Amino acid sequence: MSASSASRNPLSTLRSHLHAACAATALLLDAGSFAQAADLNALIWCDHSDPALLQPFEEANNVKVNVKEFEGTGAGLAIVEQSQPGDWDVMVIDSIDVPRGVEKGLFEPLPDDKLPLADMFPQVKMEGSTVVGGKRYGITEKFGYNTIGYNKTKVDPADMQSMAALTGDKYKGKVAIYDYYLPVIGMAALAIGKKTADLTEADLPALKDELLKMKANAKLVGEVTASQTALATGEVDILVGGGEWVTAGLAKENPALDFSIPKEGAVLWSQSLAMFKDSKNKDMALKFIQYIMSPEGQARLATSSCYWGMPANTKAALTDDQKKILRFDEQPGFLARAQAYPAPNADLDKKMQDMWTEMLQAK
Amino acid sequence: MTAANNGRALPRAGRALPWALVTPALGWTLLFFVLPFIAMGLSSLTAHEGSGFTVSNYSQFFTNPSYWQAMVNSLEVTAIVTVVSVLLAYPFAWILAEQVPERWQRLALMLAVLPFWTSYVVRSYSWLLVLAQNGVINRALTGIGVVAEPLQLANTRFATVTGFVHFFVMLLTLTIFANLKQLSPSYRKAAADLGAGPVRTFLHVILPLTLPGIMVGAFLTFVLCIGDYITPQILGGNNELLMPQLVMMQIGRRGDFPLASALSIILMAVVTIAYLACARWLKIERA
Repeated sequence: MSASSASRNPLSTLRSHLHAACAATALLLDAGSFAQAADLNALIWCDHSDPALLQPFEEANNVKVNVKEFEGTGAGLAIVEQSQPGDWDVMVIDSIDVPRGVEKGLFEPLPDDKLPLADMFPQVKMEGSTVVGGKRYGITEKFGYNTIGYNKTKVDPADMQSMAALTGDKYKGKVAIYDYYLPVIGMAALAIGKKTADLTEADLPALKDELLKMKANAKLVGEVTASQTALATGEVDILVGGGEWVTAGLAKENPALDFSIPKEGAVLWSQSLAMFKDSKNKDMALKFIQYIMSPEGQARLATSSCYWGMPANTKAALTDDQKKILRFDEQPGFLARAQAYPAPNADLDKKMQDMWTEMLQAK
Repeated sequence: MTAANNGRALPRAGRALPWALVTPALGWTLLFFVLPFIAMGLSSLTAHEGSGFTVSNYSQFFTNPSYWQAMVNSLEVTAIVTVVSVLLAYPFAWILAEQVPERWQRLALMLAVLPFWTSYVVRSYSWLLVLAQNGVINRALTGIGVVAEPLQLANTRFATVTGFVHFFVMLLTLTIFANLKQLSPSYRKAAADLGAGPVRTFLHVILPLTLPGIMVGAFLTFVLCIGDYITPQILGGNNELLMPQLVMMQIGRRGDFPLASALSIILMAVVTIAYLACARWLKIERA
C-alpha cells in the first residue's frame, strides 16, 4: 500500500483524498450503525443478510453483525477503497476474484489448521484462486452451477441435456438469459467445445456468434430477481445460466422447476469468505468464518432466504428434504462435469464485457 | 432592491445579509454538486488500470457502436416518453383546470398524483405483472378473442415507455395545470370579442401562453427519464441498453469508475444541450 502510494501521480492522490473525504462523510452519516466497537462489519451478498443465519452467531458470541450488501466484485472493492482501513472485518467475494483483493493488499491470510478444509468438496476449494503465494486468503463457502434452469412441465427434460436446445428453434421466445457475462460466456464456451479455463481473445468471435444465437431465442436478459421471476411466473420456460440458485429456493412453491447439467458440462460458481488485513476484530472475524464453515452455518447459508446454493462443507447439517432439493448426492457427478468460471485478465475481461454489451444491443 | 433603486448604498450589515442568506444554498451546491462533479470529471480522465491522464474513456464512447447505440436508444425512448406524456397530460390538466368545479379540483389533483405515493420500484414491478404474458392485458385480449396468442408486451421498449409515461403524465399534469390556472379569463374573453372561435383561441392564445408550463414539464421529464436506471432495467428486459444501464454495467464487476464517469459526463452534456434548447421557455416569470 505504502509502496504503491509513493509512486502514485497527483491525480490519483487527489482522487484518493476525494474518496477518503466521501468515505468520511458517509461514515459520519452512518455512525449510528457502527456505534459499538465490538461489532463485526461484513461486506456481504444478500444470502448472508438472512437473520436465520446471523442470529445464532450473534447470540453465541454476544456480537452484532453489521452487514452491507453489494453486487459485483468491482462495487465491493469500491466500497472498501472508499472506507477507512479497519472499517470492515470480512467480505464475501467471488472465489475467482480473491486474487484481486490480495493484489490490493486487502486480505489477511487465513489459518488452514483452524478451518474445516478436510470436510470440503475437493473440487470447490479453488486453490488456484483462494491460495496466493502459498497463503490462503479465501475459503469457498457456497457453490453451484450456471447451467440450464427450466420448467419440466413446459419443456422436454431430455432436450435440456444439450446446449443445442438453447439456440434451436423449438424453444424460441421461451428463453431468458441470466444477465452476468462471465458465466454465460462460460456456457457459450462449453457449447462450442472450448474449455472455460483456456479462453483467449481469439475465441471471442466464435463466442459472440453463440451468444447472438442465444439472444435471438431469448425473451429477456435479466438479473437475479428478473430472471427468477420470469421462470417462476411462466414468462419463460428456460433460463440460460440458471441452476439450483434459482430453482431450489422455489422448490416448495413450484416443484416443476429443475435444472440439468447438459452433456457439454456446466459452469461452476463459487463464493468465498475473506478476512480484511486491517480488521480491528480479527479474532471475531475468524470466529465468524468458522461459524459459516461449520455444519450448522453451512446448512443455514445453503438455504438462505435470498438464494439457495450448495454448501462447500460436505458435513453441512441439511435435512434430507433440503439435500434432495439441492441434489446433494449427485454432486460428485456434477462436479466432475463442471468447469471453472472464466477468469480472464483485465484486458480480456474488458473485451468480454464489451462483447456482452454488443449482444445486449443486438436486435 | 429599493435602496439600490434609490441610488443609496446599503449599510454594511445590509450588504452582508443577502450573502448570509444565500450561503447555505451555495455551500450545499458546492459540497453536493460542484465538488462531486469535479471529482467525476477528474476520474473520467484517468485509466481504469494504470495511471496518468487519458481521454480513452471518452474515445471509447465514440468508437464503440454499442455504446453509441445506448445514447441513441436513450434519446429515442426519452423523446417518445416526453411527447406521449405531454399529449396525454395536456387534456388531463385542461379538464382539471377548466371542467372540474373549483371545490373538487383539490381532490381531483390529489387523485391524479396518487400513484406518486407508491414506491417507484414497486410501481415498475406492478407494470411488469400487468404486461406479462399471463398478465391482465394479455388475459383480457385473449379472453375476448382479439388475439389468439399473448402479445409480448413486457420486456420490451413499449413496456419501458409505458412505465415512464405513467409516471411523467402526473408530473406534467401538475406543471400544465398550474400554468392554466394562472391564465386570466380575460384572454379568452378578448379573443372571443375579436371573433375567434374556441379552436382558434386555443391554438393562438391558450397554447402559446401555456407553453412555458409545457416546456418546464417536458424538460423535467427529459432530465428524469434520460437518467433513469430502474424503469428500463425492470421493464425493458435488457433487450436494449440505455445510457444509465451502460454506466451501471461498468461498475458492477469491473469497478471501472473512470469509464462510468466519462459516460455520465456525456449524459450530462446531452442534458445541458437540452436545457439550452429549452432555456427561453424555462423562466419562472411570464413575459
